Amino acid sequence: MNATYVRYELLRLSRNKRFFFFSLGFPLVLYLVIAGSNKKQVLDMGSFSLKFPLYYMVGMASYGAMIAAIAGGARIAAERSTGWNRQLRLTPLRPSVYFGTKVFTSYLMALISIALLYVAGISYGVSIELARWFEMTGLILIGLAPFVALGVLAGHLLTVDSMGPALGGGSAFFGFLGGQWFPLPNHGFLHVLGECIPSYWLTQASHVGIGGNAWGITGWIVIGVWTAAASVLAAWAYRRDTQRV
Amino acid sequence: MTTHLASPPTTGIQLSGLTKSFRSPDGPVHAVRGIDISIAPGETVALLGPNGAGKTTTIDMMLGLLPPDSGTVTLFGMTPPQAIATGAVGAMLQSGAVLRDLSVRELVDMMGSLYPKPLAVDETLELCGISDIAARKTHRLSGGQSQRVRFAVALVSNPDLLVLDEPTVAMDVEARRDFWATMRTFTSRGKTVVFATHYLEEADSYADRIILLAQGRVVADGPATEIKATVGMRTIRATLPDADIPALEALPGVTNVETRGEAVILNCSDSDGALRALLPAFTAARDIEVSGAGLEEAFLQLTSDDDTSDDDTGDDDTGDGPDVEAAALDDSEMTR
Repeated sequence: MNATYVRYELLRLSRNKRFFFFSLGFPLVLYLVIAGSNKKQVLDMGSFSLKFPLYYMVGMASYGAMIAAIAGGARIAAERSTGWNRQLRLTPLRPSVYFGTKVFTSYLMALISIALLYVAGISYGVSIELARWFEMTGLILIGLAPFVALGVLAGHLLTVDSMGPALGGGSAFFGFLGGQWFPLPNHGFLHVLGECIPSYWLTQASHVGIGGNAWGITGWIVIGVWTAAASVLAAWAYRRDTQRV
Repeated sequence: MTTHLASPPTTGIQLSGLTKSFRSPDGPVHAVRGIDISIAPGETVALLGPNGAGKTTTIDMMLGLLPPDSGTVTLFGMTPPQAIATGAVGAMLQSGAVLRDLSVRELVDMMGSLYPKPLAVDETLELCGISDIAARKTHRLSGGQSQRVRFAVALVSNPDLLVLDEPTVAMDVEARRDFWATMRTFTSRGKTVVFATHYLEEADSYADRIILLAQGRVVADGPATEIKATVGMRTIRATLPDADIPALEALPGVTNVETRGEAVILNCSDSDGALRALLPAFTAARDIEVSGAGLEEAFLQLTSDDDTSDDDTGDDDTGDGPDVEAAALDDSEMTR
């Protein structure tokens, strides 16, 4: 690892105010407004009941983290558009360090997003057992891996112009099919499809915070396969991406 | 790769049989049609040619950014990626490459940190004349300033080979002069420099050697003075009423003669020789002027020589595409 390079990447990240606001502020503001106006509501889940701020916090944590992770790609697309990527390739910087730094900054953004939502949730009276906090957060971070890779892939494949629609469409697709927006039916086609989508498992990970179970073997396989496939594609996109944009 | 280039390398740069075509709606565009160049360490070489000559494509292949259709590139005996991995290569590409959200100093420091033996940041800023804007954010620079910053980014790597693609394009006259003064300091340290330009003056003043490219081929290669003589066709203009045209055409060094009223214009391959012969033979000649022809005319003349054998069927390096293809291929428009 090159400490100076990583330090400047973080510095650049912290100076990009708009990026910060939209990838971190959006889920947070949404949570504060919606959960704030339903603070006392209790959801009847059949066998048990849930306070709305808790239910909405875990959902937003997984969705916000996913958006923050994918959004890393927008930064890459912007860097490519200035020819920076070509310049960087003429340096001895190893691709592994380049990717490592991108993954690190994407994860950092996701982690900040999660932390902000946790703090907001606690301020609304949410409480979860400490062990569950950790289990939920750990699983969410693992479940983010395919989205970080998809972000890098999109960043090297798309231009700045197409990045907006792609991010919007992508996060809507994953948000809907993964049951992040509203719960999917427990059976049938949508459920089967959802189980093949990594955002579904991200939702399941967040449900650990509300008494759900950790992933079974299917979850690990889906996350593993998506991560591997997206990483291979991202590496391919990076290799071919040496020409003028 | 264990070779670490602490001392200047002994083998230079070899481009052998390079070709590259691009697809376009009007059929393949042969950007580079067979280029062989060998550059010794320490040389400063200009790639001179008009837009669409294949300069940028050649540089992209030299740096490993573009895979050639055929041919090979070695830099100091290594492949481009290997040479780059050792930190032996620094480059200033044609577009962009100024990263946002950093100050000038931070950007230069960040780039330097990626290389094994970078120049000091302050020294680099000083050399490039940007010490005064060191604290400014990179997205608040003028065109000329960001060009200097891009140069600093290339220079801080302290490379054995520095490649510059049209480095002075956005600079005014003064900036251009400062830029080349900096380059002189750099090349005096025994570095190898390859730069692309379409200014003959620039190539002539700053390169030891000029490689003239036109339509994807090397059309001339030699010491700057020699190329300038080839390219820089000179004309002698004199007032000479009732001149004996055939006698003028017979003078040594004269290729043809035109008349403009009482004036004659001698197009010369060797203006010195022509002038020596002219003066004793035509004592009535007065108001004599010797001037260089423009680069564009010279290109036209050089490239019109091999236009007669056009065939646009093959992708091979001897296949000649129609002129319009290469001419239409503006460097900035080529994508993948």
